[in-house]
Order: sequence, then C-alpha cells, then structure tokens
Amino acid sequence: MSEAMMAADGTPLKRSLARALRRQKLRALGLIAPLLVFVVITFIVPIGSMLFRSVENDIVSNTLPMTVQSLARWDASSGALPDEAVYEAMYFDMFLAAEAKRHTRLGTRLNYEQTGLSSLFRQSGRALDDIGKETQRPLEKLNKAWKDGETWHMLFNATSSADTNAALLSAQRARIARLTDTPANQEVNFAPSTAATALLPKTGRAYTAWAVYVATQDGRDPATRDPWEAVATALALDLKTVDVSGYSGPGAELLVEAQSADLPVPALSAAFADMDEDWATDVPWKTIQTHSGIYTSGYFLNAVDAQKTPDGVAWQPDDKQILQKLFGRTIWMSLMITFSCIALGYPIAWLLANLPMRKANLLLILVLLPFWTSLLVRTSAWKVMLQQQGVINDVLVWIGLVDDANRLIMINNQFGTIVAMTHILLPFMILPMYSVMQTIPPSYLRAAKSLGATNWTAFWRVYFPQSVPGIGAGSILVFILAIGYYITPEIVGGTKGVFISNRIAYHISSSLNWGLAAALGSILLAAVLVLYWAYDKIVGIDNVKLG
Amino acid sequence: MANTASDQAFVAFERVQKSYDGETLVVKDLNLSMPRGEFLTMLGPSGSGKTTCLMMLAGFETATHGDIRLDGVSINNIPPHKRGIGMVFQNYALFPHMTVAENLSFPLEVRKIGKAEREEKVMRALGMVQMQDFAGRRPAQLSGGQQQRIALSRALVFEPELVLMDEPLGALDKQLRETLQFEITKLAHELGITTVYVTHDQTEALTMSDRVAVFDDGRIQQLDPPDTLYEEPQNSFVAQFIGENNTLMGKVTKISGDRCEVTLDSGDIIDAKPVNVSEVGQRTRVSIRPERVEMDKTRLLPDVHSLKAEVLEFIYMGDIFRTRLRVAGNEDFVIKTRNAPDQVRLTPGTQIDIGWLPQDCRALDA
Repeated sequence: MSEAMMAADGTPLKRSLARALRRQKLRALGLIAPLLVFVVITFIVPIGSMLFRSVENDIVSNTLPMTVQSLARWDASSGALPDEAVYEAMYFDMFLAAEAKRHTRLGTRLNYEQTGLSSLFRQSGRALDDIGKETQRPLEKLNKAWKDGETWHMLFNATSSADTNAALLSAQRARIARLTDTPANQEVNFAPSTAATALLPKTGRAYTAWAVYVATQDGRDPATRDPWEAVATALALDLKTVDVSGYSGPGAELLVEAQSADLPVPALSAAFADMDEDWATDVPWKTIQTHSGIYTSGYFLNAVDAQKTPDGVAWQPDDKQILQKLFGRTIWMSLMITFSCIALGYPIAWLLANLPMRKANLLLILVLLPFWTSLLVRTSAWKVMLQQQGVINDVLVWIGLVDDANRLIMINNQFGTIVAMTHILLPFMILPMYSVMQTIPPSYLRAAKSLGATNWTAFWRVYFPQSVPGIGAGSILVFILAIGYYITPEIVGGTKGVFISNRIAYHISSSLNWGLAAALGSILLAAVLVLYWAYDKIVGIDNVKLG
Repeated sequence: MANTASDQAFVAFERVQKSYDGETLVVKDLNLSMPRGEFLTMLGPSGSGKTTCLMMLAGFETATHGDIRLDGVSINNIPPHKRGIGMVFQNYALFPHMTVAENLSFPLEVRKIGKAEREEKVMRALGMVQMQDFAGRRPAQLSGGQQQRIALSRALVFEPELVLMDEPLGALDKQLRETLQFEITKLAHELGITTVYVTHDQTEALTMSDRVAVFDDGRIQQLDPPDTLYEEPQNSFVAQFIGENNTLMGKVTKISGDRCEVTLDSGDIIDAKPVNVSEVGQRTRVSIRPERVEMDKTRLLPDVHSLKAEVLEFIYMGDIFRTRLRVAGNEDFVIKTRNAPDQVRLTPGTQIDIGWLPQDCRALDA
C-alpha cells in the first residue's frame, strides 16, 4: 500500500482513473448542457436579478451624489437642520435630476420609507427653476453677453489640449450615465478648461454637467445652447467666494464686471423652505441619509413589518403591520391544505395500490383528470359551487339544513381557499403516496394478521410506517406548491384568504415596489429551503419516493 | 396415520371447494386430515390449488363450500388473527421498519405479553435458529438465508401449534436451501408442531415431509409418505411429476393378479404391474423409473419379456451415467446406472437388450 498503484502503461492508477472519469463527466455535462443553458438563461438569471432588487439601492446615490456626500457629515440626532452646503448640493443634484426627469423615481423610492416624499420631490422639481431665474435675470441685465450660450462656452472651453480638465469631463459623463441609466459616451463639443474650472469650481462643474447632458441626452451642441439657470446660480455663488481680478483667460473682463456688480445670491435653505415647508424639517434629510447606501436592508425590514430609521430598526406603526400576519396565514393555510390532502388522499392512494390493475388504472385516470382541465376553470367552478347563491348553498337550503336568510359564507375567505386548493393539489399528494404504497407487498399485512394483529394494528404498526415516505414526499410537494400559490387565492380568497404571493403580485404590478416584492419573494424562497432542509434532517430526503 | 378419522385429526379439510370467479373451481372437493405433529407438504405445479388451500387454512381466503377444522373446531368464520397459526412467507415478509427483535416481539406485543417475558421468548426463538447476534439488525441488513431464519423464528415465537410455510425457500440458492430444509424439519420435529408446507420443488417435498399431498387441477392426486409416492405412484400425473420417469403407450393384452402383459404401440410386448387398469383391451401408459431398467439379462426373471434398444446418447454425470435410448419408438427413454468400476460405458449406436422386474413397471391410466 505504500507505493502508488500503477496502470498498465505506468501512469499512476489514480490519475488514469481520474482521466477516465473526467471524460465521462464531460460527456454527461455535454448531454445536459442545452437544458442547463436554457434553465440558467430563462430561470436562474432572471430570478437572481429580480431577487437582487431586494437589496439594491443605488438610486439614491446615483440621483443625489453630491447631497449624499455632504449629508454624510450631518449629525441627524443633533436636532439641527443640515447646513447651507447640503442645500446647495441638493439644489444642483435635484436640478439635474429634474431635467432628466429622474427625481420622481427617487421620490417614489423614498416614499416607501417615508410617506409624503414622493409629492415633495415632484413639486420641488417643478419649483427649482424659479430659484435660478432670480440670479440669471440680473446677470443678463448686467451684460447681454450672458444671454448668449457662446459666451459661456468661450468662458469654460479649454484653449489648448494642455488646458483640458479631462477628469471633470469624465466624472460628469459617469454621473449622467448613472443618473439616466444610459451610456453617456457620445462626442461632446466641449472640453472644460483647467484654468476656468479651477477659478470657478461650482460653475465649471455645473456647466460641464449641463454640456454633457445636452450633448449626450438631447444630441445638441453645447456651444450654441444657453445653459440652465443652475449654471447662473453657480456663477453667483462662485463670484461671492473667489477673486477673479487676477484671471486672464477668455472672458475675464465679463467675470470682473459681474463680480463688481455684486449679484444677488439666493439663500438656498430659505429657497427650499419657500418651495415646501417640509424642506425646513429634518424629515426628508433623515430619510435620504438613512437610505443613502448602495445596498439596503430596508426592503427586507419592510417585508417583516419593520423599518430602517436613523435611530436603528423599528417596527412599523400598528396599522401598517400586515406582512407578518400574511406570512403566518400563508404557512398556516398551507399546512391546513397539506393535512386535508393527506386525509383525503391517503384512502384513495391505498385503494389505487390495492385494486386490480384495470380498476386501478381507471381510478388513476379519474385522479389525473383535473390535470387536463385548466386551473382557472377548476377554480372558477369552486366559485360557482361555494358562493352564497351557489350550488352547495342552494342544495342545503332546499333540503332545509340551512335557512335561506343565513346562507353559509364559504367563499372569499380562508375556507374557500382551503377547499379549492385542497382539490387542486390533491393529485400531487396522491401520486407519490400511490407509488410508495405500490411497493408495499400485501404479504406484510397478511404476515401481521397471521401473527395475531387485528386489521387496525396491522395497518397502524406495519402498513402505515412504510407508507410514511409517500406521505412525506406528497406533503413536501403540496406544501411547497401551496405556500407560493397565487391564482386560486386571488380568485376565491377574498381579502381574508389571500396568500403572501398575492401581496407580491400586488407590489410587482400595482404599487411597483419591486424591491419589497423581491424581498418577500426571497423570504418565501428561504422559508421553503429551510423546510426542505429540516425535512431532510428529520426524515431524510432519500426516503422520499416520487415513483 | 393416513387413515385417522377426521374427528380426531388436528387439521381437517372436508369437502372444501373454492372458486374465485363463480365459474371455475380452483379447489375441487378437497378432503384432507392431518394428525398433530405431522409435517405435510402440498406439492404441485403452479395453479394446482395448493397455495389457495394454504391461504384458506390461514384465513386469508374463505372456502366457497365445505368445512375447515382446526383441532375439531370449524374455523371458517374465525378471522386470521384469531386462528393462532404461524406462517412463513415466500418473500419472508419481515417488517422492514422494525429490527429483528422488534419483528419477533410483534406477535407477543399484540398478545399483550409483558416486556420481560417478551424479551426472553424473543431470545429463545432467535436461539432456535442461531440468530441471537442479529437482534438489533434491520431485515435489509441480512442475507436471504438469515432473513428466512428470522421469518421462521417469528412464526414460532408465539408458540403456535400449526405452522404454515408458503414456498419459504424458493428464493434461496441450492446449498442454502438444503441446509434450511434440514433445519426446518429438525425444528418442526423437536418442537412437535404441525406443519403444512407448500412447494413446487419435489426434492424438497420428498426429503422433508412425513406425507406429501400431490396437487393437480384442484384435487389431491395422491397423499402418501415420500417413498410410497415415488415408488408407487397411483396415476400417470404423479408418476410424471415426481422424479424422472420413462413412459410407453400401449394396450393391455393379458391380465392376471398383480401382473399384466402390455402390447406397446410398436408391437413389442412387455410385462407390468396393473395399477389403474382392470381389464384386457384398455389403453395404458406404463411407467418405469430410469434406475430400475436392467441391461444385464442375468438379473432378470426368466419369464419376462425384454426389449431391443439402441443407444442414442451417453452422458457422464459423475456419480451416475445417464444413457438415452430409442426403445419401441420412444427416443427419450432414459436409463441411469451407478458409476461402478465394472459398469460398461455404452457408446451411441450400440444395440442392447433391456428389461425390468414386472413390479417396477406400472401400468397407469392413459
């Protein structure tokens, strides 16, 4: 044993065995490759990307990059409002976002965390232009040249390639690309001048952002267009803090003239408060700061009725707590459905396994018959059966068991969902039970009886334990199917009999809160996997026989 | 023993009939009585009704007509679990989810026997088949022979007076089968239990039983101890079914006492013992065992006929020689001779004379 075994040609036996096995594995892989590719492309990738939305949160930092940066220094618990710099950053971020029409999306996102923010963002986007006009008008009155887009272009365009501030240009390209979700790499007829942007940093940045935006998104030439009001605001702000007297670049005399005119500068915090008084509270700022990360646990917290606040995780207010209850109800009802299926399916499976072949085949066809009928038809049939003016109530009233005035309410509640879903999922319970029972020879029961056991003892001590793997397989199947069921509870569940899946569908198609839908879906998936794992630990997945 | 009246018998079938479909009888008028302690084998081809009889005795099938008595009491209406009959199944039917000890304990538990006594009885029953060391194992962890031993001890653990075995050794290889045949008969006799054993293997039936009931077509064709069965078959079915047998067709031409003369279809005349024939002119099938055919004329009676035969094939089988001959037009006539030093080895094509003692050649029904 000390020396390695050698194959006939002298290579170590282990290596030649591994080579032979690898070839087999590759061939097997080749056979399943088409299916694998299909599943990956049509199933795993879409589901993975959908579930990823449950933690994805880059919309805040993509839309308000400067605000997020300057807000990071603000202490939310101090009680004070953020300083002027934050309002300033917000003004420029928001202006660009409003031009790109992205501010409402951010408002919708933040509204999940704090109601009211959606309308706040929408209104503010409209009102922002007015702030800029207050500085643009005096500037244009001072010198008509400011009305002309070519003036601005001359002022900031690089005079030589050595003067080009390439970093600023690419930074603004990247920013616009993130904001608009489109690549912003088209040709821009503008190269920021290092000298000018160093002298007037805010204006330079604002102008560059504008230039990149109009060139890449609108396809216009920035040299001939008038810049946004925000650029004028930026110039007014810059002229208050820098001295342009020593500047010798193009248009220096215009800048000197503007600085000496002492243009009015808007107080941005006051201007924001004017737009909407909510900006003068810490509520929107706290929300933005708390949810500024690229990834968030917020959706998952929402999915369990909790919420991320500046002070940590907290429960939602009582009137908004429904998801935990819905999860609990989904699990409880799925269990009820599973048990109903066991109770109804076991005798049928037993009969199937013990009848002579021909009769068993006929019965099997009856069991499978529902599979050949549309799910929607079967569910709708239950609606006809169970409603208050439906078949069952009519019959009960007719035979006098139920008073006409007090017809039973059997639909649009949990009872309706359990009945309809038990019916629909029953075959999934019967088939695995049947295939297990088929393998139990009748001689076991005979042996038990010959040993003195009564029919019941023989069944309970000998037959039943051997049929447990079938019950287990059927239960896993039915429970997993039930826990994610959507159509039937949607149709017969009313408000009290719906499942978590109906809530997911609501968030996907109505509220469009895909992050929360993805978080709910992820939790559901995790719950199923945990159950599967627990079952494997307790019963052993090897014991599950599906046929 | 065979003629014990049914009211003294331990197990008795009286005019039992069984039909599954209401049109054909699977068991036709079965009468059988067994004394206590007997080992009786039901032997027959498949579909002969032997298993149905066993199932009626066990209570898993009800007799369509007739009476089955156990120790003088009619058990027709007693459910199987109250009959107290031990049973061993062909596929062992050991409960796979219980250990060996739990399997054995099961019949005691349902009889509400206390734990201590249960354990003692289980170990004793396992001891009977030398399987004490396997008490904690699951049936799937045992070999076929071990499983059958456990099945046997489970059928015996609650001390039944009657044990039924339904082809218990059918799934085992030859050597193991022979060992277990011996063990089963030894146990049955030691414990004094009455045993009904069903098999289609005639060697098993002959070696194990006190008496063998040969079944065919829903009837017992012959019920006798093994030697009688082999040497004195009562009809051509039994003669064919038990052991190897040469048959020749012919017509009785002379009959006197326990000797008759049969003219074969080929015209040859032979001597035989009349069993199922009573008058001259009847067609008959004569049957003679291969080992009773004599090639040495000096060892035959002087007044018997001999036949010409041509050797077709000589097969060396170790302990015996098997020679296939053409005799009176029959090409499947086989003789067996002991491999003795002076025994001639016949070569194909040789012409010889053969004969036999008249009492070894039985003239049966055609």
